[in-house]
Amino acid sequence: MSSEEITYQKKELPSSISKIGMGLLVIGIILGVIAFFSDHTRASFNYLVSYTFMISIGLGSLFLVALEYAAGAVWSVPIRRVVEFFAATIPLLAILVIPLLFNMHDLFHWSHAEAVAEDKILQGKAPYLNIQFFIIRVFVLIGLWTLFYLFFVRNSKKQDETKEQKLTRNNIRLSVIFIPVFAITITISAIDWLMSVEPHWFSTIFGVYFFSGTVIAALAAATLATVLLKENEYLHPKITNDHLFSLGALLFAFVNFWAYIAFSQFLLIWYADLPEETFWFLQKWEGSWAIFSILLIIIHFIVPYAMLVSNPAKSDPKRLKFISIWLLFAHLFDLYWLVMPEAPGMENGYTFSWIDFVFPILIIGLIIIVFNFKAKKDNLLPIGDPKLKRGLDFHL
Amino acid sequence: MADKKIYGVSALFNNPDTITSAAKKVKEAGFTKWDVHSPYPLHGMEKAMGLKPSMLGIVTLICGLSGTAIALFFMWWTMSVDYPMVIGGKPFFALPAFIPVTFEVTVILATVSTVVAMFALFFQLPRNEFPLHDTDYMKKVSCDHFGILIESDDPKFDEESVLGLLKSFDPIQTGIVYHREKVTYPIFEPKFLTFLAGTAIVVSLGTYLTLNKLLFLDPFNWMMEQDKIIPQSRTEIFADQRGMRVPVEGTVARGFIPYPFMGETNPTEVLSNPYVPTEKNLALGEIKFLTYCSPCHGNYGDGDSRLRGQFPNPPTLHSNRARDFSDGWIYHIITNGQNVMPSYASQITREERWAIVNYIRVLQRAKNATDSDLEFVRAGK
Repeated sequence: MSSEEITYQKKELPSSISKIGMGLLVIGIILGVIAFFSDHTRASFNYLVSYTFMISIGLGSLFLVALEYAAGAVWSVPIRRVVEFFAATIPLLAILVIPLLFNMHDLFHWSHAEAVAEDKILQGKAPYLNIQFFIIRVFVLIGLWTLFYLFFVRNSKKQDETKEQKLTRNNIRLSVIFIPVFAITITISAIDWLMSVEPHWFSTIFGVYFFSGTVIAALAAATLATVLLKENEYLHPKITNDHLFSLGALLFAFVNFWAYIAFSQFLLIWYADLPEETFWFLQKWEGSWAIFSILLIIIHFIVPYAMLVSNPAKSDPKRLKFISIWLLFAHLFDLYWLVMPEAPGMENGYTFSWIDFVFPILIIGLIIIVFNFKAKKDNLLPIGDPKLKRGLDFHL
Repeated sequence: MADKKIYGVSALFNNPDTITSAAKKVKEAGFTKWDVHSPYPLHGMEKAMGLKPSMLGIVTLICGLSGTAIALFFMWWTMSVDYPMVIGGKPFFALPAFIPVTFEVTVILATVSTVVAMFALFFQLPRNEFPLHDTDYMKKVSCDHFGILIESDDPKFDEESVLGLLKSFDPIQTGIVYHREKVTYPIFEPKFLTFLAGTAIVVSLGTYLTLNKLLFLDPFNWMMEQDKIIPQSRTEIFADQRGMRVPVEGTVARGFIPYPFMGETNPTEVLSNPYVPTEKNLALGEIKFLTYCSPCHGNYGDGDSRLRGQFPNPPTLHSNRARDFSDGWIYHIITNGQNVMPSYASQITREERWAIVNYIRVLQRAKNATDSDLEFVRAGK
């Protein structure tokens, strides 16, 4: 290998970060408990939005790690740890899911036996949509993801010390297995958590739709963290705007991909005009939800597209910081738009509630704490990775 | 050889790092008309040479946007203005359906125009007189060397000092590239071109005359030209000049019995029902009732139309008045029509009409069942 050794001095993140994270988490938990006691239906629907956002961040990040190995990408190696830290939220999903499982009857119409007894469609779906199988699926999926996460990170961390090339090869094999598993499991969780909120509706493209948003959220989180860490000089100085450009270009690609998939789903349903499919979109056109639907197109596609389309925008740290915060919000908004019009009492339009803001605070605090915890324990640079030097020398 | 014009001075290097630093120095020396040639794109070379971002993106943007505008305008004009047609119950300007086409036209116009603009405006191909063609320099920089070339058009150009500058970068070789002499190609001589044009004219004229005038045969069309009168055509044989004849007055079609009360709103006497309500006859009546009558009258004759007010709802068939109608009277209404209800004589045959009458009787009795009827049902039949 090269004679130049990569010098890396581990720097601790400032203690204020863990304080901010702790503060947000505590406020979120206290308000969350109050929310569940004051209006548990609204709180469970809001919690579902935030929970699926957590799935997006964790699972999307794990997918980005696997993608790097499977594609043999070089540029992303120096910032892979940032993505791995976000993926560390995956094991927490098993704990976070508990409030949802206790409030399943609020969330899911199909979980009421008496509703299924009167409904032929729900009877037909009962072999899949029943409480026992649902809970088994939830934990099997979280278990699978956690297992893959642990394997990936164990190999990656071991490489920091041993510098074995074999570990990279192991992770490549692992990611080739993970990607199809990811495709199936993310479709299942999209159906379980988001589509089955309205159990009469179905769309075969729905898993891909959730996937496109997931990758945007994970990429935006990675971009935001990279830019912030780079600005405060926690990252290797050879990580340049060219690395940021690649992140920006990927973000741009997935913003377009999301629009393509979202429009494909809409166009087919709109054109076929079958009552058993259109009612889902009509529900999202009811009263003030129409404003939300139009805002979704603007927030999730038109504005990010306009912001990212020019060449300099993709590598300018300041603009990328703004765009990634915007896109994280856009994904949360997308999930809100998917779930909330189905909530009882919200059928005719949006009604304001303070509960809307509670759970995003909670999960932001949680993600910050997990990230900070991992950053304390592990190196911010995968110093043993054989592709690292090429990754640092990456130029456009 | 002394009168050869100098195109530029070149220097060859054999690794990308030296040429990148050399390019930096050439730029610092203030040259404007010079270029770097390499077998593959060099990272960081644009910065070293101080190149501005290409304007090609603007061509792409403009052509892409005009693609969007053209596609949308075309569809709006054809589908919503010039020849509006209802397709699948969608509005005339069905934007979601137009988006895939708009997207494709945008993409194809943007990409094709980018490639064309790149070749035509930026490279200005074909440049047959380009001095670097077939030079040793070009052969090397397109294989395994990297080269810098400073053109003689540059205001700061001076053969000696440029050579000195390039040599200071420690190149493996320097050289001078001359303009190419103007080459004349014999195939472009006027005599040859005239001969070529003459040959083309003679050959095509000869071919045309031979095939179309000398050897011409009518195509096989004996089936088309027959001495007979075809439907809907004019003929001189008959006085009214019609090819098709009107049947003799009083002709009755097979299986058709004329209805004597046609057009009368209130005939004093009507026909009596010739059909016995057998199971088979009622089954026929049910099918025909559901097909022709139920859209307006409702599946059970309640007058609850399925047409959502697009056509006025008829009264129920279960009113006392309707139940007191004779069979022949109902038959007359179906055959002749009444108020806004049109005649169904051409859609429903005579037998089917009577079957419908019988079926309506069944509906009326079922909807207004008496106690004795219920006992009949309870008895198991």
